[in-house]
Amino acid sequence: MDPSSSGIQEPFDLIRLSLSERVYVKLRGDRELTGILHAYDGHMNLILSDVEETILLVDVDNPTPNPATINVAKRKMEMLFVRGDGVILVSPPSR
Amino acid sequence: MLIFSVFKTLTDQQVVVELKNDLSITGTLKSVDQFLNIRLDNIKVLDEARHPHMMAVKNCFIRGSVVRYVQLPAEHVDTQLLEDATRRETTTQIKR
Repeated sequence: MDPSSSGIQEPFDLIRLSLSERVYVKLRGDRELTGILHAYDGHMNLILSDVEETILLVDVDNPTPNPATINVAKRKMEMLFVRGDGVILVSPPSR
Repeated sequence: MLIFSVFKTLTDQQVVVELKNDLSITGTLKSVDQFLNIRLDNIKVLDEARHPHMMAVKNCFIRGSVVRYVQLPAEHVDTQLLEDATRRETTTQIKR
């Protein structure tokens, strides 16, 4: 397929086509977000709505013998600006 | 530039700024610049027990680079306008 016909010529086009769709964002510091993408810029600063954040907390002082225990903290936010320097990847909805 | 404009439209609104050191500060957005440095008035630290040294601080200037998130008032954000502006800005960048 000719890549120009699909409107994808550069990496950012994948994000542009995800506008107003729910995206998955992986961030530094073991954080993940899903939310509806409304705006972005060249720094990958993002504005998302209806956001759910997942923080992975690896408990090093865990007294249980299983060292692989990972606690997950979740929270929701209505409208969120995400600074681009923390973004590792943005993934469009899986369809 | 687009995100800068968004923040300019949100001046005098209540926002929550979460910093990379996990400090969350709520306050009135007084001004913003091109680096997304932020000035907040009437600030309150969300977890005061963990950050007692911040209790006396009433307003502050936050360097843009230390910000992780800013929680915005959803009712003051026009999402359709944002998407159109983003499409416009990104396509003009390609033509350049």
